Amino acid sequence: MGYPFAVTRRLLPLLFLIPLSTPAGEAGTEPYIPWTASDDYAIEEPLGGLVGDPARGREIARDRGRGNCIACHLLPIPEEPDHGTVGPPLIGVGSRLTEGQIRLRVVDEQRVNPPTIMPAFYRDPARLTRVDPAYRGKTLLTAQEVEDLVAWLKGLK
Amino acid sequence: MPASEGARGGEPETGLFRKPAILAGLLFLLASLSLGADPFLLPLHEEERPPTPVSGYESLSDELKEMQDDDFSNPGMMMVDLGRELFHQPRFSGDSCATCHGENGERLDRGRIAAYPVWDEEEGAPVNLQMRINLCLERHMDEFRLPYNHTDLLALETFVRYLARGEKVHVSIEGPMREHWERGRRIFHTRSGQYGFACVHCHEYYVGLRLRSLELTQAQTNGFPSYLLRSGKILNLHQKFVGCYQNLRAEPYEPGSPELLDLEIYLGWRGNGLPIETPAVRP
Ligand code: HEC
Ligand code: HEC
Repeated sequence: MGYPFAVTRRLLPLLFLIPLSTPAGEAGTEPYIPWTASDDYAIEEPLGGLVGDPARGREIARDRGRGNCIACHLLPIPEEPDHGTVGPPLIGVGSRLTEGQIRLRVVDEQRVNPPTIMPAFYRDPARLTRVDPAYRGKTLLTAQEVEDLVAWLKGLK
Repeated sequence: MPASEGARGGEPETGLFRKPAILAGLLFLLASLSLGADPFLLPLHEEERPPTPVSGYESLSDELKEMQDDDFSNPGMMMVDLGRELFHQPRFSGDSCATCHGENGERLDRGRIAAYPVWDEEEGAPVNLQMRINLCLERHMDEFRLPYNHTDLLALETFVRYLARGEKVHVSIEGPMREHWERGRRIFHTRSGQYGFACVHCHEYYVGLRLRSLELTQAQTNGFPSYLLRSGKILNLHQKFVGCYQNLRAEPYEPGSPELLDLEIYLGWRGNGLPIETPAVRP
């Protein structure tokens, strides 16, 4: 794949980050699983071939320490107050987007909309910058957590 | 072309870089700054100032507005009082701040206080108010400089800034300040941390919307040092910056560092015209 010169140049700073943030071998961190997105902005295959559980997905979406999706999105989680308004409501997202499209948006919304505020929950940790040492080399969510969320969201018709 | 990630270090194809015109524009911008290309920088537009600066005060509940407005209930006034005391404390030379600046600081120029950070010829660098107070200790009172955010400095900064309450912020970005403004502006637009947010996301793109129950504001700096109810103390602006970086799970810059000073210059200029509220009260 030939990239323009400029694109290669802007990767240079990242090269220095790689040794610092290699996930493999770090205690408590599973190795990062690379993924591939298709032309229509979707990741068709579940990460690592894992099977998601919708009930766990719902929990992750409301958990402050994990997905915390309700910080920004209105979701069908009525027992929690004050859902955020930064992102669009996700009620009915399963009718608007395919499973694969939902997966890419949770994994890395920047691939769909480069300047977005939405965090990339499963981006290669080598492609982040100035990460607090406590979180270096780690994705925001595990592959299993991403699949759990996708399993729940695709059912929101 | 498929949007594929591939192995670590693989290249994201962001739509932004597919358009040759935008690419050329960005390259020109980056080349003209000679700071190198940066994949974490969000687009910089010609006119970056928010249309009308709005103080964080406007988002406070009536109860908190009252707390800030009434000196007897404003918890930040304790720091002002400590600062007033230190203003009269004789230093190594035998002088106190009051010797030169008046019993109640009446010989300080209130307009000038509202202009900080300013360029300091002798330092050959910009200085903010706290740094300037430290320079007074060194240049005029035969003292050593104190570390950034030393309680004495924070208290004196709060007291002096309080003297200029109501005065309109007017940070100049003329001459050598321009370069620092430009750097601060880039930092404001740069993603960082595990969350990958940039300041501009929360404090410009989504102002007025809510993260859970927190309303996002323009991140105006006219109230600093401010009393933060959540932390139960007065914070210098750089400490607040560090707090925001920690929320991004990012490695913060040091308080008093050139980077945070540049950020302070950018944000100060962006809020030109707002009245100084020190000590502001914030949730
Ligand atoms: C800090 C804000 C923020 C957080 C946290 C956040 N999102 Fe988003 N999300 C957005 C915004 C804003 C958009 C709108 C599209 C854009 O900006 O690219 C969006 C879009 C989406 C979409 C596409 C919706 C559509 O109708 O096209 C999905 C799906 C989604 N988010 C899921 C999630 C999930 C699941 C989580 C938690 C794991 C989450 N988001 C956390 C801000 C956020
Ligand atoms: C994910 C959202 C988010 C990001 C990104 C963010 N902040 Fe904040 N910031 C907040 C919230 C929430 C508050 C508290 C409410 C308020 O005052 O806006 C705040 C408050 C502030 C304040 C105090 C405003 C006042 O009126 O007292 C300043 C200054 C500030 N932020 C600067 C920054 C800077 C500089 C950055 C980038 C390094 C940054 N913020 C990044 C969410 C964010």
